[in-house]
Amino acid sequence: MDLISFRDLSKEDVEDYFARAEEMDRQLEAGNVEKLDGIVATMFFEPSTRTKLSFQSAAERLGLQIVDFVGSSSSLKKGESFEDTIRTVDGYADIIVIRHPLEGSARVASEFAEAPIANGGDGGNQHPSQTLLDLYTLKKMKGDIGALNVHLVGDLKHARTMRSLLYGLGMFGAKVKLVAPSGLEMARDAIADVKRKFEMEVEETETIDFKDADVVYVCRIQEERFEDKYEAMSVKKKFTIKPEYLQGVKEDMIILHPLPKIDEIPPEVDKSKYAKYFEQAKNGIPMRMGIMKKMLGSARQKKG
Amino acid sequence: MGITVDTIEQGTVVDHIRQGMGIRVMDLLGIDKSYPHRVALVMNVGSGKSNKKDIVKIEGILVSEEKTDAIALIAPNATINHIQEGRVVKKKKAELPEKMEGVGKCPNPKCISNHQDVPSRFALDNGEYRCGYCERKFRASELV
Repeated sequence: MDLISFRDLSKEDVEDYFARAEEMDRQLEAGNVEKLDGIVATMFFEPSTRTKLSFQSAAERLGLQIVDFVGSSSSLKKGESFEDTIRTVDGYADIIVIRHPLEGSARVASEFAEAPIANGGDGGNQHPSQTLLDLYTLKKMKGDIGALNVHLVGDLKHARTMRSLLYGLGMFGAKVKLVAPSGLEMARDAIADVKRKFEMEVEETETIDFKDADVVYVCRIQEERFEDKYEAMSVKKKFTIKPEYLQGVKEDMIILHPLPKIDEIPPEVDKSKYAKYFEQAKNGIPMRMGIMKKMLGSARQKKG
Repeated sequence: MGITVDTIEQGTVVDHIRQGMGIRVMDLLGIDKSYPHRVALVMNVGSGKSNKKDIVKIEGILVSEEKTDAIALIAPNATINHIQEGRVVKKKKAELPEKMEGVGKCPNPKCISNHQDVPSRFALDNGEYRCGYCERKFRASELV
């Protein structure tokens, strides 16, 4: 069983991941994690401290061993094909976690490897464990995802996490407001897709008004996306989550962010009761433990 | 004055090709200067009131089902006629296939299918094609 794309998952699959993450949370809480046997290979062809650490930490907590493939300094530089690299590492590990800048790379890896593949991000395409942990965070903090009004805020065009998250929110029937500066809106086909598939209510706006939001999910706006530096500055300023934006919001509203954040959320907001992104990041551990445990179970079944 | 093109004994006639796309159909079928049999490309043929179309006649091959559907990518209303002993033995309209493998190329330069030796893969999704690797959606005509 691989985890390549959020699009491959049904609502039942996602709920199964929730149940597994909950179980991991219970075991972590009780300080009594059931140890597993196996080796996880992490293959990161581009830097990602957080995702890699999160997977490695989750693996360690499950008692798994880690072998680390450092993409930039090893055989790919010598011209070895991706296929050969995957096949070789496949012989060393029971699970492969891969991040690669080319879109669809994890899908290709899953076709060459026997071991289950966890996609840790393939270019601008998918990052399914992030989407699962985001949804798990919503469920854990808010209960019924379908009852939520979620604002997705920032560069919705380039942030891959946002597209998958929109899809996941649609799956559970949440209401979504897309708040993006002009030119950085969510791709049309992504919106059409969720409206058609889930009859989802999606509103688009450039205006920041969080009063009706249960959840504000922020992602970064990169200056490099703009030709005009002055425009970049003014847009960045507007899309910085200033404390005054939080006046009159719902008492139990939460702010999430996939991290790393740079300056889009100022330190005053970090200290507010709304800021939940560090707890969100922490939820990556039980979710990734659940994912790897499920993968090991399926690999065993395949062999046995 | 009309142009007369010989009928073919055994082969394929692709008719009702959108004007200007006849050459692309030949490309798609792999017909080039090395092809040993007779081939006719007729462009800008009057069709109906004011429409014009292209026609391709190829002697020697019966275009496969898979290629027939691929023709739909560039010439949505084309008809593919198999000719044997000078007569039409099978006629099929090109239809966009639900799934394609090894036909067309993903236009996304960051898609792994453009960097590794893997067959292109597309699935029809609400009138457009989604790449089986990078998962982006494209219009049929963008793939060829």
